[in-house]
Amino acid sequence: MGMAFGIILVKAEVLSWFRIQEMFAFQSIHMYGIIGSAVIVGAISVWIIKKMKARSIEGNVIEIPEKAKLFVSPYVGGTIFGLGWAMTGACPGPLYALIGSGTTIMILSVIMGILGVLAYAQLRDKLPR
Amino acid sequence: MNEFIEWLSNPWPWYVSGPIIGLMVPLHLILLNRTFGISSSFRHACAAVIPNKLPFLQYDWKSEIWNLIFAGGILIGAFLAAQFLSNGEPIALSQAAIERMNRFGITDLSGQHPNQIFSWELIGTWKTLLFVVVGGFLVGFGTRYAGGCTSGHAIMGLSHFQLPSFIAVLGFFTGGLLMSWGILPLILS
Repeated sequence: MGMAFGIILVKAEVLSWFRIQEMFAFQSIHMYGIIGSAVIVGAISVWIIKKMKARSIEGNVIEIPEKAKLFVSPYVGGTIFGLGWAMTGACPGPLYALIGSGTTIMILSVIMGILGVLAYAQLRDKLPR
Repeated sequence: MNEFIEWLSNPWPWYVSGPIIGLMVPLHLILLNRTFGISSSFRHACAAVIPNKLPFLQYDWKSEIWNLIFAGGILIGAFLAAQFLSNGEPIALSQAAIERMNRFGITDLSGQHPNQIFSWELIGTWKTLLFVVVGGFLVGFGTRYAGGCTSGHAIMGLSHFQLPSFIAVLGFFTGGLLMSWGILPLILS
């Protein structure tokens, strides 16, 4: 499934710095169309799974956990991520895909991302939630 | 058959790739009994690799190993797509985007990522270091602080109508627009 997702990320061009800049400059529907149609398919799927009380292949009824009811951290953290997204031109999935598809320098971004988690773990108690 | 291979080799339009990406939501729920999200793999890698006593990193990361396997799969899949399913053409950006790139001094629009920034030969330049190193750090720090990235918040979270995810997406665009309109032109000019 990861491999399928890797192929899609390349074919959809969502791992491209060019596409990300184009998105933030509102110069093409491409990225908005992808995220928007993905959310529509995802939302219909979630609705059906809940409606049917569908089971996973392990046999238990699927329960989708709610995101923690926090509002400061999604916004502030999201803004920090957004800055990084526009710089690297990639969110975490595309970072892996870029390494695979030949832009191997992004391995440094993944290492720095892991160190970013470490820094967050250090500061977590001091940050507003 | 040849036509099919040719179709595969061209980039897919958004109305094909978007819905397929959306299918990652039910596939994760049904096959893995997990919610879709990729940025957690940074946390698991951090917990697995870096010895520490931080409470945020003291958990059973081995039970979340599927997330790291998924990340490895992305890498292999992208390799296969780039090797066997690519036509090598530059990305068909809009004319406005091409002109904006040229204003930034980015004239080489071949490949997926600009070779004029993201290549090993330029590792000694401050621009490349800034984009790769600082950018990567902000992605790791920001996604963990926000509790998710484009997959976990924007796609999974919005599909599940989670208010924090909507706020996180507003944050993604606050940061992205600030960088793309405010800071990037300064760095690249």
